[in-house]
Amino acid sequence: MIKYVPDAAIARLRALEDRPDFSGTRYELRERIGQGGMGIVFRGLDRELDREVAIKVTAWSTAADADRLRAEARVLARLEHPGIVPVHDVGQLPDGRVFTVMMLVRGERLDARAPELTLPDRLRLFDRICDTVSFAHARGLVHRDLKPANIMVGEHGQVLVLDWGLARAERDGSASGSAGGGTEGYMAPEQSTSAFDVRSDVFALGVILRDVAGAGGTAIPRPLASIVTHATDPDPAQRYASPTDLAADVRRFVDGAAVGAHRESALEWTARQARIYRTPIGLLLAYLAMRGLLLFWGS
Amino acid sequence: MIACSPARRQAEARIRGVFPATRPSVVRDLRSADPVARAAAYEALARSYWQPVYAYIRLRWRRAPEDAQDLTQEFFARAFERDYLSRYDPAIARFRTFVRTCLDGFLANQEKSAARLKRGGGYVIAAVDFERFDADLAVHARSEEPDPERWFHREWVRGLFARALERLRTHCDEKRHPDAFVLFTRYDIDPDGAAPRPTYAVLARETGRSVTDVTNELAWARRAFREIVLDLLRAICATDEEFRAEARDLLGVDPP
Repeated sequence: MIKYVPDAAIARLRALEDRPDFSGTRYELRERIGQGGMGIVFRGLDRELDREVAIKVTAWSTAADADRLRAEARVLARLEHPGIVPVHDVGQLPDGRVFTVMMLVRGERLDARAPELTLPDRLRLFDRICDTVSFAHARGLVHRDLKPANIMVGEHGQVLVLDWGLARAERDGSASGSAGGGTEGYMAPEQSTSAFDVRSDVFALGVILRDVAGAGGTAIPRPLASIVTHATDPDPAQRYASPTDLAADVRRFVDGAAVGAHRESALEWTARQARIYRTPIGLLLAYLAMRGLLLFWGS
Repeated sequence: MIACSPARRQAEARIRGVFPATRPSVVRDLRSADPVARAAAYEALARSYWQPVYAYIRLRWRRAPEDAQDLTQEFFARAFERDYLSRYDPAIARFRTFVRTCLDGFLANQEKSAARLKRGGGYVIAAVDFERFDADLAVHARSEEPDPERWFHREWVRGLFARALERLRTHCDEKRHPDAFVLFTRYDIDPDGAAPRPTYAVLARETGRSVTDVTNELAWARRAFREIVLDLLRAICATDEEFRAEARDLLGVDPP
């Protein structure tokens, strides 16, 4: 009869996972730090180099999952960019499970960090996300699962786009018509029914922009809301053609310029002009006020 | 949202087939108009709660073993007679917090009362081994936690896991995975913190199996254990919201 479960066993049982056995490898497995679409991510130690790493292991030893994890490692190996986590190693455990070893990202998820930042800072982060995704697109890859949970903000404000396990070459989407994957709420409509292309990532970026701009309950300015609406149009042909175009429109908003996706009212135009020319307008008003006072005293 | 592979979904569906996702809650049955159903609910509740209640009385209130045994029986008997657990309001607190609050009130009244009421009222917790549990408490238990709520919660988790392990043992036998329980206890229960865990290779040698078999048996046992815990938890929560909150706290999962 088991009647007493010691504290150490309780801690292990509460954190139960299919913990892989890394004995005999150069890596020491530490605590679990996350779970992605294909497996569990652990903090680990590379004993040879004495550095902490992130180790992703397939949760199930099925050939399909193992192939996907290997495919993700190959995708990441092709993408050398400051916004993409580099892969150090890929291997297979005796039980058949595949693992990849990556740089350990120290930071916070985008949705945790965003509420602490001002709107311009949040939009600058968004700009870097678009830059990273554009880089992958330039190499023919569509991420297909962009969401705040897959974006980390590092200790020094660097942006890292994670979880490229669903990434596919753009030609696969248009050629085969087989798509799928993604996360409800961020996945473009066409991903569940037909082919995908870079505009599927534009859709997810539009939703992320909505989350980022409205983080912490902030009211989203109307021009930004128009950008979100344009980026998340159900018809891919009506969206921005690329993350670069989307980011350019967001930058125009940050710079106080007219946003392509937004038709301004006369009042909005006036308010924006007033913000742009606030210094000369202020000087002019001060000059007029001074002249008025002089005239008043002189009379 | 965490995506799942088809294999994982199929496996989880199989497990859910073994442990149905919808079960009546014994907490809800405490209010049943049917006296048989109500008595069964109190009995099920006592089986779930006797360990934390006994440990709480024994260590937190520093009562002698015999006294603690009587008080434990009496607490559930009194709860049944006076039906005070049925007054639980999910909007105010979790059920385990309510039980602990009732227990504190009961023990405070007992201290004030010179002559304790005799145990009885038609209800006694069946088949519990106080002596064995008390011997384990003497060896393992620490009472350094100052917060009574956290202390009670810790013992509640211990009792829940002990019941889940008993059920897992039976489940492994029924499903013809006898090695799974042995491997599970060797790897996940037995190491006391000072001794390192055995590697899968060591376990494979001990059981005459391949490392892959050890991995698969352990994975099977862990999934079954987790589903058993969720099943037990569902039965002792009053609402779906409470069940989900407890599941997140306990196992870090959002149950299906």
